[in-house]
Amino acid sequence: MKNDRRGQIKQQADRLADAFIAAGALPVETDSLMPAEILLDLYGEDIRARAFITHDAEMGEQMLRPDFTVPIVQRHMAEGAEPARYTYNGPVWRKQPRGSNAPSEYIQVGYELFDRANPAEADAEVFALFSKILRPHGLRVATGDIGILLAAISALKTTERRRAALRRHVWRPQRFVRLLERYGGQTPMPAGRKELLQQITKIGAESLLDQTPLHGLRARAEVLERIETLQQDATAAPISNEEVAMLETVLELKGTAGDVLAQLQTLAGDFPALADSTARMTARHDALETRGIDAGALPFEVSFGRTTLEYYDGFVFGFFAENRPDLPMIASGGRYDALTRVLGQGRDIAAVGGIIRPESLIAMQEGA
Amino acid sequence: MLKLGIPSKGRLQQLTVDWFAERGITVARTGSDREYAGQVTGADNVELVMLSAGEIPKELTAGRIHLGVTGNDLIQEKIADWQQVVLDVEPMGFGHADLILAVPDGWIDVTTVDDLDAVAAQFRAHHGFRLRIATKYHNLVRGYLSAQGVADYQLVDSQGATEGTVKNLTAEVVADITSSGATLEANHLRVLADGPILKSQATVFASRTADWNDAARAGLASLSQKTGWDVGPWT
Repeated sequence: MKNDRRGQIKQQADRLADAFIAAGALPVETDSLMPAEILLDLYGEDIRARAFITHDAEMGEQMLRPDFTVPIVQRHMAEGAEPARYTYNGPVWRKQPRGSNAPSEYIQVGYELFDRANPAEADAEVFALFSKILRPHGLRVATGDIGILLAAISALKTTERRRAALRRHVWRPQRFVRLLERYGGQTPMPAGRKELLQQITKIGAESLLDQTPLHGLRARAEVLERIETLQQDATAAPISNEEVAMLETVLELKGTAGDVLAQLQTLAGDFPALADSTARMTARHDALETRGIDAGALPFEVSFGRTTLEYYDGFVFGFFAENRPDLPMIASGGRYDALTRVLGQGRDIAAVGGIIRPESLIAMQEGA
Repeated sequence: MLKLGIPSKGRLQQLTVDWFAERGITVARTGSDREYAGQVTGADNVELVMLSAGEIPKELTAGRIHLGVTGNDLIQEKIADWQQVVLDVEPMGFGHADLILAVPDGWIDVTTVDDLDAVAAQFRAHHGFRLRIATKYHNLVRGYLSAQGVADYQLVDSQGATEGTVKNLTAEVVADITSSGATLEANHLRVLADGPILKSQATVFASRTADWNDAARAGLASLSQKTGWDVGPWT
């Protein structure tokens, strides 16, 4: 029976891959085993809790591919000319919590588009393709755009350092809220820092440092640099209530994409830095409309994918089986320019793509 | 028979023996000091198994022992989703130790996890690699830092002399168990002010995966008469 099921999944996966190939994608294969370091640098230590890691005396820590994004981006950077469309079809491995019936090994069939010429067109192409392929299955769709949140951060009238700290933690909601509360003056300065700054005012940072030996790789100059940052931050005015409220409003914006866009346009009247992202959203809607999608009617949440779809930084989408809440997302995707920027070490590569889980499609049909 | 696993050596073993003795249960090694079997008097249907404290989480998970005495630091570190595998029966009031994060004394700009996170970003920008935290408690430390939303760090494994890693330039920060803090001080390290990652003490745990047959339940009932454990909900 198990083999039958594998066969069924394989057939489904091949059908999906054929659809992507028909859309112009080049089928590519990648290694299953990849250096853990690259993924750890990219996603942080948290990935250890989600991916399988193995060790080799010569190769060091190796990770069983938890997704195809990194190897595809690397391959594209090494040899690709733009625009490029790739598709892949193969297993990925993810640790699952005890008692979960989600598989640790499953197939992903994906489509990735690298094209910097027209982001709105690229977003629309990928979403329209997934919609078309998945239409027969009657899935619920969700969309969002982390880029709007990033734009709202840029709109804040505060120090660039504070904006950078908020941007860095956009994908970690708890820390984000704590930073925002601090910068908004809602929580007082921590006692230890207040004490430190008072002492420094009294005797100076250099002589305070002279009193304690410093061991380790972090140099004295780095400590002094950060103290200067703390001093600047202590004198910076709190982010105004009005701006904190704007950011909170943006974080919680949800409804149809048309309604959200209208609300954003209103907000952009007071906060002009939002204008660019509303313009991008408008352009995306136009591109979707020409592909026959009623963009304004799509369910839209600014924060969708903020925690589950790590490192997406623009348009994001997900497809769910309405009657099977036990199943993971059937398909998901989005724009991940920030990730390619890190992998490209400064080279900008605009990328948008997504994956479908054929085994979830089959499970859904079985359960129906 | 109910199988009760207790630490096989050291202070932890002595305190465990004393703890049971105070409740009218004598647990003792049979034969020579090197034998890893024991006898229980004062409770029926209980068999004693001597194990290293580090083995007890594994034995509880496998269901080879019904009850085990070990620190909750080891349980939470070694068993993923531990609440589904073991039940916390009773903290025993000894073997106290805190899992803490400590930074070099000279990092006068760092007192909280918030500072640590900011410094991790700064460190990565300056040195081109993620700030290293030496520990043997990988799961607990990662879970804590993840919940706190700390980024740009890496865990490096240190199975002993963790406090020395900073001076040896193999780590910038340490996460370790401390009971007094004297070793930290001697190594010019300072504990972060947010409080420990975990407060640990010796604890009686019950395995949810063991075979709780009639004889094991009889053993538990017999122990509970002396210890006053409320075993209703889990047998």
